[in-house]
Amino acid sequence: MPTRQTGAKKNRVLPGFKLTLGFTLFYLGLIVLIPLTAVFIKTSTLSWAQFSQTVFSPQALAAYRLSFGAAFFAALINAVFGLIVAWVLVRYSFFGKKFVDALVDLPFALPTAVAGITLATLYAPNGWIGHLLVPFGIKVSYTQLGIFVALTFIGLPFIVRTVQPVLEDFDPELEDAAASLGASRWQIFWRVIFPTLTPALLTGFALAFARALGEYGSVVFISSNIPMKTQIVPLLIMSELDGFQYAKATALAVVMLVVSFLLLLAVNVLQWWSNRYNTNNLA
Amino acid sequence: MTATENINAPHRMAEPAFVRRLLIGIALAFMALFLVIPLVSVFAEALKLGFGFYFQTLRDPLTLSAVKLTLITAGISVPLNCIFGVAAAWAIAKFDFRGKNILLTLIDLPFSISPVISGLIYVLIFGAQGWFGPWLQDHNIKIIFAVPGIVLATIFVTFPFVARELIPLMQAQGRNEEEAARVLGASGWQTFWRVTIPNIKWGLVYGVILCNARAMGEFGAVSVVSGHIQGQTNTIPLHVQILYESNNSTGAFAVASLLTFLALVTLVLKTWVEHKNTALRGTAFTPVPVVSKTG
Repeated sequence: MPTRQTGAKKNRVLPGFKLTLGFTLFYLGLIVLIPLTAVFIKTSTLSWAQFSQTVFSPQALAAYRLSFGAAFFAALINAVFGLIVAWVLVRYSFFGKKFVDALVDLPFALPTAVAGITLATLYAPNGWIGHLLVPFGIKVSYTQLGIFVALTFIGLPFIVRTVQPVLEDFDPELEDAAASLGASRWQIFWRVIFPTLTPALLTGFALAFARALGEYGSVVFISSNIPMKTQIVPLLIMSELDGFQYAKATALAVVMLVVSFLLLLAVNVLQWWSNRYNTNNLA
Repeated sequence: MTATENINAPHRMAEPAFVRRLLIGIALAFMALFLVIPLVSVFAEALKLGFGFYFQTLRDPLTLSAVKLTLITAGISVPLNCIFGVAAAWAIAKFDFRGKNILLTLIDLPFSISPVISGLIYVLIFGAQGWFGPWLQDHNIKIIFAVPGIVLATIFVTFPFVARELIPLMQAQGRNEEEAARVLGASGWQTFWRVTIPNIKWGLVYGVILCNARAMGEFGAVSVVSGHIQGQTNTIPLHVQILYESNNSTGAFAVASLLTFLALVTLVLKTWVEHKNTALRGTAFTPVPVVSKTG
């Protein structure tokens, strides 16, 4: 193995390669990889009929539809408003900007259970926001709309935080060039700035979507958890676990894991694309 | 540097004033609706029945035991993930080896997994019907529905936090300083403690702050492996749930205000550390994949 030899020679100056890589792999295997394979091994004990019965049951299908739908619309709303928030934070100055910037991360810092009870109380028919919506016949807490609100809350920082650095690094000379060639402000945004932001925007969207698909804590309080109506997939898995239906819960978990892995792959590809984009800009 | 020089150039403000005001207005309204109002309402709900009830709830033995368990859980999981983070960052940033990007993706894995599944995997291994279930039962060891399960699930969900702050930081710093120290005769440990640690100090603090916030606030994963036994396997977030579901909403918000306070302290510390070291960007809070620059 010639590559390994040259590698070892080059690395010889610094110690600890075997120790640190060994510990990293050991800890990773023990905490993450072995436990995760348990899900697949447990599922392999099911027959295909048993597996498909659980995974394609009407209740599961309704849960996928709701999970994907609510997560998609929540990520979409965040893409629009997150872009505006990032734009305003990078390009304009206004009173309290630093405070607003720090506050963007609140949904990450605030435990999901706290977010859950807070949103459920705010949007309940007698809550601060909920009572304003009652005259219009809009119910939020304990409905699908409530799930959407909770998922929007937890996904809020993703788009802001992925778009913000790209916008900060944007070379203003490109705008100058476009302006000197007679482009309007609107044209500059859509034709020059927006295309540079696209990879970051899509990465943020995918991250927010992935996070929303798996979310449990903030949704469990604001959803009434009624099968077929307001039950997202993590809630369905939880209710199977509460009934000690481990095989069913595990089969559903496999479906979610496969979706998560695909999203992770998509995010990695987007990140690679976005890095290439940025290096092209620098060159 | 062109960006800073040109920051006041006229084209940066080229939008008409009403467009600027409109966008700022939309952004602030969105932030107020989704962040400020919920934040204020936590404290308003917590103090609904006055300070007497508030402090009575916080002094309740069941609340105190939840606080204690949360501190124990974070006290074990944060240092372990910290050691892992330093080791992983050392291996990845200071050496070249094949499969580095796969390793980076695997380290990130816990971020993309639903908290419910993060708890479920440990039930499948250590639960009564799990791989080691019968053996554990024979030896009278309880992991699931007990404290060890809570600690394990917390380690899992906070697994990547320190590592993913340190890896890009140490990659950016390169190997020259450590190599120079070694050539000048420093031992491996001396190099690590005198050269590497001072360089990564703020990244480490940063990772620990974010890791700790998640460790203390984790709900879904812990909820699966805890037996919800009040006074024994109840962390602060689980205690909030029990109070809320037993129609003691004000009590639930009183306990929730502790976690909200923790979140605010986390944000303040995070902003302060970012101010100290502008290279830090909170990649653990927004898990954008760390792509290896060398391999």
